[in-house]
Amino acid sequence: MNKAVSVTRAVEMIPDGASLMIGGFMGVGSPHRIIAELVRQGRKNLTVIANDTGRPGHGIGRLIDAKLVRRVIASHIGTNPETQRQMIAGETEVELVPQGTLVERIRAAGFGLGAVVTPTGLGTVVAEGKQTLEINGKTYLLELPLHADFSLLLAERTDYRGNLSYRLTGRNFNAVIAYAGDKVIAEAVEIVPIGCISPDEVVTPFPLVDYIIEREVRVNGR
Amino acid sequence: MDDKTIIAKRVALELKDGELVNLGIGLPTTVAKYVPTGIEVSFQSENGIVGMVPVPFEGLENEFATDAGGAPIGAIPGAASLDSVNSFGLIRGGHLDVTVLGGLEVDEQGRLANWMVPGKMVPGMGGAMDLVTCAKRVIVAMVHTQKGKPKILKQCTLPLTSLRRISLVVTEMAVIEPTAEGLVLREVAPGVSVGQVLAATQARLIVPRHVPVMPITEPWALLPDRRAELRQ
Repeated sequence: MNKAVSVTRAVEMIPDGASLMIGGFMGVGSPHRIIAELVRQGRKNLTVIANDTGRPGHGIGRLIDAKLVRRVIASHIGTNPETQRQMIAGETEVELVPQGTLVERIRAAGFGLGAVVTPTGLGTVVAEGKQTLEINGKTYLLELPLHADFSLLLAERTDYRGNLSYRLTGRNFNAVIAYAGDKVIAEAVEIVPIGCISPDEVVTPFPLVDYIIEREVRVNGR
Repeated sequence: MDDKTIIAKRVALELKDGELVNLGIGLPTTVAKYVPTGIEVSFQSENGIVGMVPVPFEGLENEFATDAGGAPIGAIPGAASLDSVNSFGLIRGGHLDVTVLGGLEVDEQGRLANWMVPGKMVPGMGGAMDLVTCAKRVIVAMVHTQKGKPKILKQCTLPLTSLRRISLVVTEMAVIEPTAEGLVLREVAPGVSVGQVLAATQARLIVPRHVPVMPITEPWALLPDRRAELRQ
C-alpha cells in the first residue's frame, strides 16, 4: 500500500469549483507545496474552508492573490488585506465563523454528527437567521456541519500508509479536517517507512488519508 | 511608564498562581512580562499550545512553534501541544481561567465589541467570541479613548463579541469592573484623578467613596536612587 503521488497528479484530481479544507494557522502547518501547485495549475472558483487566509504571498493568501477563490469560510482574515478588499468589492464571498465553532462544525461533519450546539455567537451578528435551542435552562445556537470535497493537510511525518504525526502548533486544523473531506491529500515534511511512526505517535490514522506527497523533493537525501 | 506598560502591569496583578491564561495578540501579549514573582501561570495560545513562552529561546526557534499571530514562541519544559478541537475544548469547556483581550468598545452592561468596524475593518472574530463567552474571567486591556473619543460607552455602537458581561476593564487611566448594577470605578492610575476618568468615559460610572491608585509602581521607584551612594 503506497499512497505517495506526485504533487502534479494530486492537484490534477481537484476540479474547478471544488470545496477545499486547508490546514494551517497563519500559514503555519499549511500544505504550501499543494497550494503552490493549485496556483500553477490555475484551479478556479474554489471554496476554501480554513482558519484564516494567511498573508498576501504566503499560505492560503497565494490562492487569494491569484483570484482562484470564490468563497471563503474562515474565522479571521485580518492579516490578509487582499481578502478584505475582495470581500468588500464583492469579488469573493466571505463567511466569518468563530474559531471554536468553525472547528466543531468541521468535526461534526467528520464525526457523523448532525449539528453543533454552542453558546458562542448568541446575540451577535453570527446568530442572525439561525435557530436557537433551550437546553436545561440555557440558550444555545444551532450551527450546521461543514464538509468539503478535499482536505489538504500538512503533517510533520507520514509513513507510506498515510499515518500522520505533527509537531507543536503545526497540528492546528490539520487533525480534524482529515475527517471531513471526501478525499484527503496530506503533504508531509518527510515520508518515512511504515513502522517508523509508533502507533501512539499517530494523530491522524491511515484510513483517513488517500494520497501523500513530500513537501520538498530531495535529491541524494538532501 | 507609557500607557501600554501601565495597562500590562496592572492586568498582570490579576493573575493568580496556577491559572491557565490566554493572552490576545498585541498589548495583551506583553502582560506575560509582568507576572509578579512567586506566581506561576501557564499561557495558552489557541492555535494549539499550553505552556508557551511569548519569546522564543535564541537558537531554538521552530517553524512549528508559533503563537496565534504566527509569531515565533518558546515553550516551558512540560508544555503540551494540542489540535484546534482540543484547544477550543479547553476554552469552551470552561477550563481556561483568564482571557485577556483588546477592545474597541465596552458598554454599561459590560459587553465587549472588539472584532469589526463595519465597512472599514473586518478582520473577523478569530477565537474572541469563544474566549469571551466561555473563559472563567474576561479581562479587557485597552486604551481609555481613541483619538480623544471615549471607548467606554452607554451602548456599544459596533457589533458585539458576546452578550456575556466581562469581568474587568483595565486602561491606562483606570480599572473598571462591570457589575449587575453598572460599571464600578475600582482604581485610578497614578497621577490620574477620578474627574479625569469620568470626563474620558461616556458610560455612567459608579464611584465608591474611596478609589485607590493602581498598585503598579514599586515603592522604591519613588525614592531617590541611592545605589551609587551605598556602593561607596
